[in-house]
Amino acid sequence: MSSTATTFDSAAPPEAGPRAFIRRLRHGDEVAHTITLVFAASILLVTSTIVYELWTNSHLSRAKFGWNFLWTRVWDPIFDNYGALPYIYGTLVTSAIALVIAVPLGLAAATFLAELAPRRISDGIAFLIDLLAAVPSVIYGLLGIFVVVPLMRTVVGPVLKRTLGFLPFFQGPNYGVGFLTAGIVLSIMVVPFIISVSREVLLTVPRDQREAALALGATRWEATWKVVVPWARTGILGSVFLALARALGETMAVTMVIGNATVISASLFSPGNTIASTIASQFTEASGDLYLSALIELGLVLFLITFILNGLARLLIVATERGGQHA
Amino acid sequence: MKRNILLVCLLLGLAAAVGADSTVLLNAAGATFPAAIYTKWFDVYHTQHPSAQINYQPVGSGAGIRQLAAGTVDFGASDVPMTDEQLAQSKVKVLHFPTVLGAVVPSYNVAGVSGDLNFTQKALAGIYLGTITKWNDPELTKANPGVKLPGDDIVVIHRSEGSGTSFIWTDFLSKVSDDWKNKVGKGASPNWPVGLGGKGNDGVSGLVKQTPNSLGYIELVYAVQNNIAYGKVQNAAGKFVKADLAGVTAAAASSKDMPDDFRVSITNAPGAAAYPISSFTWLLIPAQIPDAAKRDTIKAFLKWMLADGQGYNEGLTYAKLPQNVIAKESKAISLIQ
Amino acid sequence: MSRLNLIWRKSLNVLMLTLTGVAALLVVSVLFLILGYLLWNGGKSLNWAFFTQLPKPVGESGGGMANAIIGSLKLLLLAALIGLPIGLLTGVYLAEFGGKTFSFITRYTTDLLNGVPSIVIGIFAYSVAVLPVKHFSTFAGGFALGVMVIPITVRSTEEFLRAVPGTLREGAMALGASKWRTIATVVLPAAKGGIITGMLLSLARVAGETAPLLFTAFNNMYSSPGWGQPTASLPVVLYTYASGPYDDWHRQAWAAGLVLLALVLVANVGTRLALSRGGAARGV
Repeated sequence: MSSTATTFDSAAPPEAGPRAFIRRLRHGDEVAHTITLVFAASILLVTSTIVYELWTNSHLSRAKFGWNFLWTRVWDPIFDNYGALPYIYGTLVTSAIALVIAVPLGLAAATFLAELAPRRISDGIAFLIDLLAAVPSVIYGLLGIFVVVPLMRTVVGPVLKRTLGFLPFFQGPNYGVGFLTAGIVLSIMVVPFIISVSREVLLTVPRDQREAALALGATRWEATWKVVVPWARTGILGSVFLALARALGETMAVTMVIGNATVISASLFSPGNTIASTIASQFTEASGDLYLSALIELGLVLFLITFILNGLARLLIVATERGGQHA
Repeated sequence: MKRNILLVCLLLGLAAAVGADSTVLLNAAGATFPAAIYTKWFDVYHTQHPSAQINYQPVGSGAGIRQLAAGTVDFGASDVPMTDEQLAQSKVKVLHFPTVLGAVVPSYNVAGVSGDLNFTQKALAGIYLGTITKWNDPELTKANPGVKLPGDDIVVIHRSEGSGTSFIWTDFLSKVSDDWKNKVGKGASPNWPVGLGGKGNDGVSGLVKQTPNSLGYIELVYAVQNNIAYGKVQNAAGKFVKADLAGVTAAAASSKDMPDDFRVSITNAPGAAAYPISSFTWLLIPAQIPDAAKRDTIKAFLKWMLADGQGYNEGLTYAKLPQNVIAKESKAISLIQ
Repeated sequence: MSRLNLIWRKSLNVLMLTLTGVAALLVVSVLFLILGYLLWNGGKSLNWAFFTQLPKPVGESGGGMANAIIGSLKLLLLAALIGLPIGLLTGVYLAEFGGKTFSFITRYTTDLLNGVPSIVIGIFAYSVAVLPVKHFSTFAGGFALGVMVIPITVRSTEEFLRAVPGTLREGAMALGASKWRTIATVVLPAAKGGIITGMLLSLARVAGETAPLLFTAFNNMYSSPGWGQPTASLPVVLYTYASGPYDDWHRQAWAAGLVLLALVLVANVGTRLALSRGGAARGV
C-alpha cells in the first residue's frame, strides 16, 4: 500500500497545467487511465483503417464503374468488366430464404422458451441453442456438402417440384447445390441468434401486460401473440436484423453449397453466388489490379450493408429494453 | 504475472528459433492440373534433399500467376502461359518452364452409361454454350449409336476460379467453334453461359462424382484416381480419341518448333492419333532471385525435374516432355540469375 | 356461437403452444444431429496417424493433419497475444475510466468491428500484413484472428467488471488504495472468472474461422517453422479436403471437423458451466 499522505492529496480537486499532470502521473492512476485509453483508441484505429483500406484499394473499380457497379450483371475477368448485381442478388436471395425459415422457427422457439417452459428447462435449452451458435461455419459447410446437398437432390427437391413446381421458384433443374440449399444452411446458422435475442427481449416484457390479457379472458396463446410479442416487436425486429447481418456476411458454409455460378435466376434450385463467397473463391487469384479492386469494392459493399444493419439492430434492441423498463 | 509473461516470451522465441535452421523454405502456388505430380515431386525431392522444403499449394493457375506477380510466393505454376500483358504488368520478370504434358478430359456421371461416350467438337461447344441441354440430344446420340442416353438435363460443371484447365478447355473450344470464340472466348475465367462452379480440379471432380447427369472437364489423373468415367473427343483429323499417354505425346509432337519462351498451345493438334485437349503445364520462375539459397534450390530442383522427375510422370498418367524440349529447357535454366 | 368460438380459441391455443414447443425441439435436435454426424463419421476416421503425420501428396491416401493442428494452435496463440490485451484493457477503460462520449464511441466501434464479416477482415489483414512484406505468414493469420478476438473480449470484460459490486471498490479506496491499485488488485481478481471465460469463448470462436485465413496464413504441406511462413490450419484444410473428390480426403475432413467441434464445444460448455457455478456467488 502506498503512502497515505499522497492519498490525502488526491482528495483535493485536480489541478490544471502540465506540471500538475506530471505530478498526477506519478500517482499511477493517470498512467492507468492513459494506457487503457490508448488501447481503447486502438480499436478505433483498427476499424478506421479497415474502412480506409477498403475505400482506397477499391479506388480503381469505383472510378471506372461508378454506381453502375451495383447494377451491372456481367462479371467478366477476361474483358475486365465487373458488375456486382448477380452477387448482390445471390446474397439477398439466400439471406431472404434463411430469414423466411429462421424467423418463424426462431420466434416460435423463443416464445416457447420465454413464456411456456419452466425457467430451468428454458435456461437449459437456451444453453444448447447458444452452443449451436458457436459451431464454426466450415463445419456447417461440411455437413452441407455431405448431408444437405444429397438430401436436397434426392428428397426435398423432387418433393418441392411435385407440390410447388408451378411456381417459378421451383422450376428448372435441381442439382442439390444452389440458392435453396445455401439458404437452408444459413437458416440453421442464424436461428440461434434470433432465439437468444428474442428470448431475452420477451423476458423483459412486464408481467402485468401478460396478466392483464389473461385476466380479460385471453388464452395463453392469445396473450402471447396479441400482447407480449407486439410489445417486444422492436427488439424482435432487432434480432432479425442481427441475424440478417450474420447471414449476409457468411462465407464458408455458403461457398461450399451454393454452386459458384454468376447467375441471376428466379429458380431457387439454380446455383449462384454471394458477395462473400465470390471474394473467398476469387481473391487470391485476381490477376490484374482492376479485378482485385472490383473484389475489394464488393467487400466494401458488404461492409456497408452489414454496418447499417448492425447499427439498426442495436438501436432497436436497446429501444425495446429501455421501453420494457418504463412500463 | 511476470513469470507468465517471461514464459510466453520464451515460447515465442523458441518457436521462432525452431525455424531458424538451414532448411531452405520455398513457397509456391498455382495450377491444380499438375497438383498430383508436383506434390509428389516436391515430396520425393524433400526426402532426397531434406534441407529443401517446397510448399506447393494447388489453388488454381490464376492464383499462381497473381501471387507470383505480387511477389507473395517464390514461384508459380500455371497451365495457361502468362499473356504479354500479364508479363508486362508483373513486378518480376517471369520465365516459363514446361514440366509435364497432361490432358483435359470430359468426365461425366450418367446413370446406366459405363462405357466411353464419344463427344464431337460441336457437342462439347454446344453443351458449354447451353445450346445442347439434354443427354439425348441428336449431336450426342449421333456419335454414340447403341448407347442409351437418358433424356435428362446435362448438369454442366466448370471452374469457379481462374484456372489454367479452363484456359486449355476454352482454348480448344475457341479453335473448334466460332460461336464459342465470339460469345465467350478463351481465358482462365471465362464468363460461363451455363453451369455450376467447382473450386480446383478437385472441386470439379467432386461435383461430377456427386451430381448425377453431370459433365465436367478435369485433368486426366483426377478422372483416373477417382474412377470417374471420361469420354473420347473428336480431334482435328475427325477421329475419336480417348486421352492417354500416347495421344498426349502425339499432340506434343506437333510442337516441334518450341518458341524460346516456351509459351505454346497444342490443343486441337493435327494428326490422327493426337488427343485434342492436351497441354503443357509450366512452372513460372522469376528471372531474378536475389536469395542465393533459394535460387540454387530452384535451379537444382529444375535439373532434377528434367531428369529423374520425368520418371514419375507416367505413373500418374502425365506424359513426359519431348526430348527437344528438355534439351532446350536445360539451357534455359542458366537464365535464372 | 360463442361456445364454438371458445372451443376454436382453446384448440388454437393448444395447437400453437405445441408448435412452439416443437420448434424449440427442432432447433435443439439440429445440434444433436450435427454432433451425431460428426461423432459417427469423424470417430471412424480418427486415428493416431491423423494427429501425428503430415499430409501425403495429392491423390495418395493416408497421412494426417499434424501440421494443421499445430498451425491452428499457433494461430490461436498469436490471436490471443494480439487481441486479448487490447480487449482486456479496453474493457477496463470502459468499465472504470471512461468518459461519456468517448465510451459511447468506443462501444459503438467495437460493435461495428464485431459485425464486420470475417472475409472483410481477411481482405484487411491481407493489405496490412501480407502485401507489405510480400509473403503469407502465420503472423498475418494470427493478426486477422486477433482483430476478431477484440470485440468479444471487450464486451465480456466490461460486463464482468461492471458486475463487481461497488462496495468492493469503495472498501478498497477507503483503505487508501489508488484507483489503479483497486482495479488491479481487487476488481479484476473479483471479475477474473467471467473475464477468462470471455477470453476463452472469443478464442473458441476464432478457432473455427476459415475465411480470414484463406489469404493470410494460406496453407502449407509441411510444418511451418517460426511465424513468418504460411501455415496449415484445421479449418482451411477441412475446407480443402471436404471440397475435393478423394474419399480419403473426405474421411480426414470428418475427423478434422470432429476435432474442431470438440475443441469449440468443450471451450463453450466448460467455461459456461464454470461461470454459472462461480457467477452465482457474485450475484451476476
